[in-house]
Amino acid sequence: MATQETRLAARLLAAPSIGLLFVWMVVPLAITIYFSLLNYNLQTSVTTPFVGLSNYYYFLTDPAFLTSIMNTLLLVGAVLVITILGGLGMALLLDQPIWGQGFARIMVISPFFVMATVSALIWKNLMMHPVFGIFAWIASLFGAKPIDWFGDYPLTAIIIIVAWQWLPFAALILLTALQSFDQEQKDAAQMDGAPPIPFFFHILLPHLARPITVVILIETIFLLSIFAEIYVTTGGGPGLASTNLTFLIYQTALLQFDAGGAAAGGLIAVVLANIVAIFLTRLVGKNLEG
Amino acid sequence: MSRQHSLSRRITMTTIAYLFAFMIFFPVLWMIITSFKSEIDAFALPPKFLFFHWTLENYITVQGRSNYPLFAANSVILAGGATLLGLLVGIPAAWAMAFAPTKNTKQILLWMLSTKMMPAVGVLMPIYWIFLKLHMLDTHIGLIVILFLGNLPIMIWMLYTYFKEIPVEILEAARMDGATRWKEIVFVLAPMAVPGIASTVLLNVILSWNEAFWTLNLTTTSAAPLTAFIASYSAPEGLFWAKLSAASTMAVAPILLLGWFSQKQLVRGLTFGAVK
Amino acid sequence: MRTTHAFFAGVFTLAMTTTALAATTLTIGTVNNGDMIRMQKMTDDFTKSNPDIKLNWVTLEENVLRQKVTTDIATKGGQFDIITIGTYEVPIWGAKNWLVPLDKLGADYDVDDLLPAIRSGLTVNGKLYAAPFYGESSMVMYRTDLMKKAGLTMPKSPSWDFIVDAAKKMTDTKAGVYGVCLRGKAGWGENMAFLTAMSNSFGARWFNLKWKPTFDGPEWKKTLTTYVNMMKESGPPGASSNGFNENLALFNAGKCGMWIDATVAASFVTDPKKSKVADKVGFALAPNAGLGKNANWLWAWSLAVPSASKNADAAQKFIAWATGKHYLDLVAAKEGWANVPPGTRTSLYKNPAYLKAAPFAQMTLDSINSADPSVNGTVKKKPYVGVQFAAIPEFQGLGETVGQDFSAALAGKTTIDQALKDAQASTLRVMTKAGYIK
Repeated sequence: MATQETRLAARLLAAPSIGLLFVWMVVPLAITIYFSLLNYNLQTSVTTPFVGLSNYYYFLTDPAFLTSIMNTLLLVGAVLVITILGGLGMALLLDQPIWGQGFARIMVISPFFVMATVSALIWKNLMMHPVFGIFAWIASLFGAKPIDWFGDYPLTAIIIIVAWQWLPFAALILLTALQSFDQEQKDAAQMDGAPPIPFFFHILLPHLARPITVVILIETIFLLSIFAEIYVTTGGGPGLASTNLTFLIYQTALLQFDAGGAAAGGLIAVVLANIVAIFLTRLVGKNLEG
Repeated sequence: MSRQHSLSRRITMTTIAYLFAFMIFFPVLWMIITSFKSEIDAFALPPKFLFFHWTLENYITVQGRSNYPLFAANSVILAGGATLLGLLVGIPAAWAMAFAPTKNTKQILLWMLSTKMMPAVGVLMPIYWIFLKLHMLDTHIGLIVILFLGNLPIMIWMLYTYFKEIPVEILEAARMDGATRWKEIVFVLAPMAVPGIASTVLLNVILSWNEAFWTLNLTTTSAAPLTAFIASYSAPEGLFWAKLSAASTMAVAPILLLGWFSQKQLVRGLTFGAVK
Repeated sequence: MRTTHAFFAGVFTLAMTTTALAATTLTIGTVNNGDMIRMQKMTDDFTKSNPDIKLNWVTLEENVLRQKVTTDIATKGGQFDIITIGTYEVPIWGAKNWLVPLDKLGADYDVDDLLPAIRSGLTVNGKLYAAPFYGESSMVMYRTDLMKKAGLTMPKSPSWDFIVDAAKKMTDTKAGVYGVCLRGKAGWGENMAFLTAMSNSFGARWFNLKWKPTFDGPEWKKTLTTYVNMMKESGPPGASSNGFNENLALFNAGKCGMWIDATVAASFVTDPKKSKVADKVGFALAPNAGLGKNANWLWAWSLAVPSASKNADAAQKFIAWATGKHYLDLVAAKEGWANVPPGTRTSLYKNPAYLKAAPFAQMTLDSINSADPSVNGTVKKKPYVGVQFAAIPEFQGLGETVGQDFSAALAGKTTIDQALKDAQASTLRVMTKAGYIK
């Protein structure tokens, strides 16, 4: 249907977005590449400005580097699994004929609106504090020793916080998908006497493949750069137990004020993110095309 | 008999659903409750859930210390400005990709999303330098541009998926009537896409409102939003949980209320083309 | 004094009104500590006598403030006219001329009244680059009732052996009382401030004279072993995420037998409005290991003017007000002597009204005076300035990394030996990269 003229118009209309995003990508990238080759610490005098690839060398050989990659993957993976499973469960519940569905939905959606710093503060102080927190109180009701979340299970604690923030997002998208699943189809399936479990796996789940893909895609983009939750609660520790790549770069940039090292780290992160992106593209390409 | 069955099922389901929903909601609720306690009650063991002396003193103290309306106004300006700019640039692009797709459209969309993968902290220094040279530090316009660019990929993608669901025939009919391209977008397409646009707007307002890295690092006073407001309470000398809770509640209240009231709209549109 | 002050203010106001109100706006970046917040409340007093100066406050938590201020000052951004910095930054930034020397504080400012230890920490090449708003050292705060119950008497200058023993005896886990609360949260200003000061008392230092880190030496090992074992035996749960704030809350809730931390905490733990144990607190000097050095640090939150500021003169005027004697009187009049910012002026410690209201005053002064940030401040000579830090730009990042290692040892995530080994390796890397070690 697209005429020559439509094509031209389309190009013109898409141009500002593409152009702006291109500039937004290229200019910082160019400056970052430049910085990454310098011995540029904000706090010191520059004596040997050009140092070649030594920033990359130091960043890649930093013992924290591999740990931080592992933690990043663990964090992203675990949160994806929890939010999708939990979100699916919540969506299935909310899709049942229940009273006051709107109110239940309001409660479920709320964490999504809370800014990361605030949710980290709530969980750190009010929920997971080993002496005054709600969890410690619950443990004491059962006579158990309260868990020292940020000392003993720092990454788990952060996964819980982040999953709590993103579960609503998954639940809502999946709920919308469930609701679009034609009531007639459901009735027909029930009429046929399809038992609930095969019905779920053979009919419902394939229908949800697309929304699940979307959840994975969007969440991954945000989860790769999780920062505030770590900053507020554990500061990456104890040791390196909860340091992800973003936090490692933050430490280089704003605690060591090593702008050169941080630039190198940022570029390494971009490369890694693009590897993830290629993987995602495959996934999305398959599922979104259809 | 069967009615009885479905009623008891309904009761069970409602109970279970509310139980889980309440668990998810509890931390937010607990923050709000704590904000009305005295500092001593906030640390009470066992915790006091409802029966304590409710007080507004924390809110008064927080307001006395920092000018909340100013921060809140900045948040509104930044989130609103970034979203508006996003619509202005994003709708035409999404239109173009949805109605005149080329074989590269998918690639372009994914490339756009990939621009979000650069960790912000890695490019802080370059952006800071640019802002310094352009005198954009601590200005509304500077922050709006950053937030706008940060969310543009998501916005275009969302809009694109909605537009794609609009039957082409309608546009062709409009074209027959002699509508120009702009008229087509503004009068035919936009109204049809209102639910999609509405949820795009909501999602972008939420994301911009909660963005805490750039808003914190590129502002000092005149453009500082609520993320900076909360940063002045996050680690005070001594633990003031009640005041911290009050400040937190104030920081999230506007967006929480907006979310609650518009949740139907948001939910309807939050599909990213996932639902056919 | 008072009258001349008022007179000058009057003349000044007159002069200003005649030259048409050319209002200056000062942007002040400050930390969200109690004393700083009190200062914000007091500023009417300043603006009344300086109607041409408007104040714009940027109050942030310590780490965020430090990031913003450092980025601003290093890029000559000029976003701040007055910044709140500590004894760590001043020697580094002053030497780089990033700060304006404070030579216009006025005739009645009385620079010689500043406590010598604090003043020398803020002076570079004979010039004062920042004015102290409040100064602190560290000391032992303990529960007199629990100490008695344990059948012990706290000496004025306790040894580590005594502290370890007392901590064990004061612990009563069933009652939720822990013998000792110490910083465990990683951070160069959190656990490393404490541990570095503690290591001084055991004869350790961060670097030898060739800038080689010394975490592989016996002194550091003894420090960390004593610390970790004591905390395991008598510390509260979750100690590895406790910083100053968390410990303050614990102590005020009556959960700690002893707490070794900043002297400014003294006025919080003795305030009945904040503390459940306000009338049962005693003070002692920070512990020692018999080597002639106590484990106490030295810090001063100070106000300085970045050289990129366009309002340096007005900024100095404000600093003179905020750190001058008149401000102390002002706070005393409005909020009582116990709430006056401590640790900056000799005259305060000679003021009978203050000494009466602040039972911890003498111990604070003694602690501050016994801290020596100079290169001779440790048992073995060191190449850097600073008690609980080394005033080199790299230290902040190093302190974070090493702090994480030690915090992991406290949490039991790694052994003491491994933590020291990691600390040594990472510090060596950074110092080599930065070119200290050739």
